[in-house]
Amino acid sequence: MDLFEYQGKEFFASYNMPTSDGVAVTSVDAAVEAATQLGTPVMVKAQVHTGGRGKAGGVKFAADLDAVCTHATNILGLNIRGHIVEHLWIEKASDIAEEYYASFTLDRSAKKHLGMLSAEGGVEIEAVAERNPDAIAKIWVDPVTGLDAQQCRQWVLAAKLNPEVTDQTVDLLLKLYRAYTDGDADLVEINPLIVTPSGKVHVLDAKVTLDANADFRQNLAPYDVTQPRDAREAAAHAKGLQYVGLEGSVGLIANGAGLAMSTVDVVNQVGGQPANFLDIGGGADADVMTGAMEVINNDPNVKAIFINIFGGITRCDEVANGIIEAVKRVHITSPIVIRLDGTNSAIAWKLLDPYLGDRLILSSTMLEGARLAVDLAKGNSR
Amino acid sequence: MSIFVDENTKVVYQGLTGNQGRYYGMLNREYGTQVVAGTNPKKAGTNVEGIPIFASVAEAVQSTGANASCVFIPAPGVRNAVLEAAEGGVKLIVVITEGVPMHDEAYFFNKLAADYPDVQLLGPNCPGIISPGKANIGITATHITKPDGPVGIVSRSGTLTYQALYELTEKNIGCTTCVGIGGDPVPGTSFIDCLAAFEQDPDTKAVMMIGEIGGSAEEEAAEFIAAHLTKPVVAYVAGVTAPAGKKMGHAGAIVSGGKGTAKAKMEALASAGVQIGQSPSEAGDLIAEVVAKL
Repeated sequence: MDLFEYQGKEFFASYNMPTSDGVAVTSVDAAVEAATQLGTPVMVKAQVHTGGRGKAGGVKFAADLDAVCTHATNILGLNIRGHIVEHLWIEKASDIAEEYYASFTLDRSAKKHLGMLSAEGGVEIEAVAERNPDAIAKIWVDPVTGLDAQQCRQWVLAAKLNPEVTDQTVDLLLKLYRAYTDGDADLVEINPLIVTPSGKVHVLDAKVTLDANADFRQNLAPYDVTQPRDAREAAAHAKGLQYVGLEGSVGLIANGAGLAMSTVDVVNQVGGQPANFLDIGGGADADVMTGAMEVINNDPNVKAIFINIFGGITRCDEVANGIIEAVKRVHITSPIVIRLDGTNSAIAWKLLDPYLGDRLILSSTMLEGARLAVDLAKGNSR
Repeated sequence: MSIFVDENTKVVYQGLTGNQGRYYGMLNREYGTQVVAGTNPKKAGTNVEGIPIFASVAEAVQSTGANASCVFIPAPGVRNAVLEAAEGGVKLIVVITEGVPMHDEAYFFNKLAADYPDVQLLGPNCPGIISPGKANIGITATHITKPDGPVGIVSRSGTLTYQALYELTEKNIGCTTCVGIGGDPVPGTSFIDCLAAFEQDPDTKAVMMIGEIGGSAEEEAAEFIAAHLTKPVVAYVAGVTAPAGKKMGHAGAIVSGGKGTAKAKMEALASAGVQIGQSPSEAGDLIAEVVAKL
């Protein structure tokens, strides 16, 4: 779960890290009111789940309230890399003497946590890594033993920051590590981490991704604010389905992430365009199947549906019942090609038999099913 | 022969008294797996269809000689379940449960590596392991498998594992062991662990490997294959057409910052001498050609 910058700062502040005062708003009037309350000058910052906000004109300095009004008007509704700005963060402007970079994430190869720290902040870390890899000090932290103050100090010294802020930086990074682990984050990144002219270390931007799997022990609800997303994805999300919207005309339903991904590949391979990736997950029953078919059916681009199921934990007879239930409950506008193998597949085929015809076709293999669905989507009859 | 499990493996099911645990525990027993015990501290002393329930893995090991565990515990309890299994003395821990927090996985992986280096962890979020005709631990559909080698299978994806088994069985090719390593960010068993074991197993003559986008496990496997494998390998990598920045279901399956693409993985594997199938069926055809030449 990706947080907006302002949510990331709230998250960091809850671990006692120094952030700026600010207010999240959704209108120009509220932006001006927030700036009045905070006192100008302020920064007006677009809140979107993507980088490159500054270049796109989504981050502006406002010396007075008129400037706040102008910038807020311009930034709200702005399209930044496909993300429409609905939220602004109005923050007290900070004076900057130095800009650093700090982050923690999992190093999947090393199977340890990786901390990165650099005196060259404020730009994309990938650019620093390419231009001057030695400018990034890395530390691998064992999740069992954690990060201790001594290790952390060595790491800060290795990054060759301003020596006057060593103690403050060590303290902040220990808090950042605690936020990362105790908060169940997949990523915590501060870029830039600034030093003010008066020598204070301060969080100026926040990028945080929380692990939705930890919802049983974290309170994630406050972070789940409505955000502009694909209407199809929103509908699928509400039904608890793993869905990614694509641009094509063949609606796909598969079980398991791997098979769903592979189905997307195979449809492309035989000359078709998938409308989506959809994983109904393990143990999908009739209700889940009906929900999935409704989501696909509501996509106006879909001209044919390909259901590709291999039963392991999923039982094919339940999937078959789901398909039958769905075609009874909802008018499915597109022809459906079904491939069902695995646990209880023979029972499933028997269940489906009375319903088969031009609109509901059983296919014996994944490749043949994909070809047939692509053909139907192109308007060719069987 | 087979790797990691065989007819002598005795398994304790953590979560045997739950719906999923009971359903698959019974299926595994029907298949011939030695399902010797279950655990549930609240139901110790009872039994599930004749299988005794113990309060802990340690007690189950002591009473039944169990040497492997299969975890069907819900995600919040998986961390403790894995640690309990390792402390209890089993040598193989198979975690089927999906949705385990990343920090828990990172913790118990490193805890086991440090304190129980001889314990093999498989999963979380995996279909388990089957040595056809000998034992099945997990949720793999058994009727699509054929025993007596010569192919070993290792896969990051559950349903694609079944697809691979099905392709082989359709072509009347047997499998020594099929390992589903799972699609999570910190898998307990890696491609490399399985490749090394298949290389050592005299009955395995060829390996089928199924990868997917995200991370660098396939690239690391490619390096290992180039340096250490004498047996032929055929691979399929899912997600060739996956858009960047979108998580494709599995927590680990994402192309980000131009890294983890299927193309890069296939190139790395091809340069290590691995034959690449563009679809599961094509990979099946390739492995059939390899087997025909053995």
